[in-house]
Amino acid sequence: MKFRTFAAFVGPSLALMLVFIAAPLVGVLWQSFHLTQPIFETVEVESCTPSFTGQICTTELKTRPVLDEAGRIVTETTYVGLQSYRNVLEPDRLRQAIASGRWLDILDIDFWAALRFTLTFTLITLPLILLFGLGIALAVNNAVRSIRGPIIFVSLLPFIITPVIGALSIRWLFIGDGIMTAFLEWWLGRDIAMFAQGWTIELLMLFYRVWHVAPFAFVVFYAGLQTVNMDTLESAIIDGASRWERLRYVVIPHLMPLIVFVALIHLMDAYRVFEEIVGFSSQAHVISLQWLTYDFLTPDDAGNRAVSRASASAMLTMIGIVVLLVPLLRRTWRDHRGTRR
Amino acid sequence: MNTPTALRQPLSLRLTAAGFLTLWCLLASFPLFWITVMSFKEPVDAFASNPLAVVFGPDTRANGKGLSILDLVVGLAVLWYTVRLAVRKLPDLVRRHAPGGWLLLGWIAGSLLFGLAFIIVFFVLLPPVLDTANAFAGPLGTPVVGLTTEHYQAVWVENGFHRNFVNSLVVTAGVVTVSLTVGTLAGYGLARSASNLAFWLLIIALVFRALPHSVLVAGYLPVFISSAEILEPLLGEAAPTLYGQPWAVIAVLVSINQPFTIWMLRSFFQNIPADLDEAARVDGCTHFQAFRWVIMPVMWPGVITTGLFSFLLAYNDFLVCSLLLDAQNQTMVPAIAGYFNRETTTTDQVEAIAAAVSITAPLFLLVMIFQRQIVSGLTAGAVKG
Repeated sequence: MKFRTFAAFVGPSLALMLVFIAAPLVGVLWQSFHLTQPIFETVEVESCTPSFTGQICTTELKTRPVLDEAGRIVTETTYVGLQSYRNVLEPDRLRQAIASGRWLDILDIDFWAALRFTLTFTLITLPLILLFGLGIALAVNNAVRSIRGPIIFVSLLPFIITPVIGALSIRWLFIGDGIMTAFLEWWLGRDIAMFAQGWTIELLMLFYRVWHVAPFAFVVFYAGLQTVNMDTLESAIIDGASRWERLRYVVIPHLMPLIVFVALIHLMDAYRVFEEIVGFSSQAHVISLQWLTYDFLTPDDAGNRAVSRASASAMLTMIGIVVLLVPLLRRTWRDHRGTRR
Repeated sequence: MNTPTALRQPLSLRLTAAGFLTLWCLLASFPLFWITVMSFKEPVDAFASNPLAVVFGPDTRANGKGLSILDLVVGLAVLWYTVRLAVRKLPDLVRRHAPGGWLLLGWIAGSLLFGLAFIIVFFVLLPPVLDTANAFAGPLGTPVVGLTTEHYQAVWVENGFHRNFVNSLVVTAGVVTVSLTVGTLAGYGLARSASNLAFWLLIIALVFRALPHSVLVAGYLPVFISSAEILEPLLGEAAPTLYGQPWAVIAVLVSINQPFTIWMLRSFFQNIPADLDEAARVDGCTHFQAFRWVIMPVMWPGVITTGLFSFLLAYNDFLVCSLLLDAQNQTMVPAIAGYFNRETTTTDQVEAIAAAVSITAPLFLLVMIFQRQIVSGLTAGAVKG
């Protein structure tokens, strides 16, 4: 294909990605070093109140935002260097916490708490999802052919559901004296409040995410199981391999590329954990990196959005993504060079 | 099926596998099933700690809202007959009445009409008939299961959820059409080019796919809010404020979705042998004509699958819509946050549940109709690496 035709085909898509993905990224980088604030002026205001003896007048200095002719607030943008990053990372409090040896104090700082949760969430859900997906795929592969369709249908439901709604539906099972809380209380014989402390909410979030993503892993692995080489399996049996050994040395190596694929997709998605925080309303106990940026962007009571701080936290989130992707990109590049040669 | 003897499994293993599958199916469907049940009950019943109370709803029944055995039998019969009709008769009818080439449109119109007819029969005609029948049926006519649709009425009629529904419809329809149009072109170009440039474009798209959406929204927000001032020198008085505009959100979602779309479409295009377009080129087609008249007709399955995933992204999105749209133009998913964020009474909570079920119902239908396409889409990227 000539370059011209190629450009014509790819052009519209590329333009969209440049305008709406690349440009905002540059914008965010710029914003994270700048701060936009209204300009304030100090004026002398004389206010008089009538009284019996005449008028009592006081003059006082007032600070108010400067307005232009149209009545809009005039803002100015200044270069603030790393100030926004400092506001997000709070290095002073961090140093203090480390110096005093109270490591848990670090988690009182929003950013570090968010980082802690995002990383543990990603790393705990990953093996669970792979195991669970593989388990369901093996079980379905064993099942009678006629019930496979309905099982796949039911399995797709948690995957396809709106994430916020999925999180909510699990929350409603546990909220107050909901059915699951009642069941757990009866089972464990003690009072349980699932939403009163952080770790129980985190458990529910982990459960939700595994519930939501396991179907994806299942479908991918199930498709992979259809292409396992039967001859290899049979020769393994003749060689006296047990069921477990066949799984370990024939099936899993065959599925390995798919396992890597699912793991990568899941790493990317779990790192962006966000909807769980909204669905479980856990912001008082547990927050994630993406939610932190979202929170800075939501207008506060005065209607202001902390754009600079949001940009700084967005940039910090990005660094994590880059670290996550570098090994993958290096591998892809090597494969690409390999196929071209 | 004749399984080799050595591959046959001992009973214990089969039982474990069956038990595991049953457990998983229960886990997968229970939360959805349960909130559907809850949404039809009075708050006292919906949040009762005894599951039987939630299912049978004594409080709801005491308020005189319930279904008798007669209602259940007739209702289920109508439902079953509807499904049978949809599966057996509808395809033939559509095929007979849709003019050639307009099959897709015929399907859309056919299913809309069918849905409308079902709603009229089930919700408008059936209740009064059954009410009169119940009065004569004696013990069969007394309510046994509490059920009320008042929360749905509150959500859709009083709280104006239909406006959010229309907004969702506009946004999703826009995203699906634009992203497929732009995406198929790019996917085709990338699939048929082996240059380094194409490779790097795909890699960059992969990096873009991994970006958290909040990072991008942090870039849009300040520009969108003050876009009227920024664009004024270019467009003059007509410069729009992009914040709160559905079409701006469509553009944003299309772009965010673009990396995923082109990867998926590319892998579908690669399945179509390149000989096909070469043959068309020999016959004198330009590249674009070959794409339009030779490749696209065999690409429909891939396009439908990718469209489904675009639909899901737009329909399920919370973050972008909640930050870039204002309250009047809000779509369904962010709108539901309004229910559980304010200080709620239990009635509000059940209304939130009803809204959640309303949002999920179309997705449920979607899985039912397009199960095969969704599965092929999930595996498309994976199996070929």
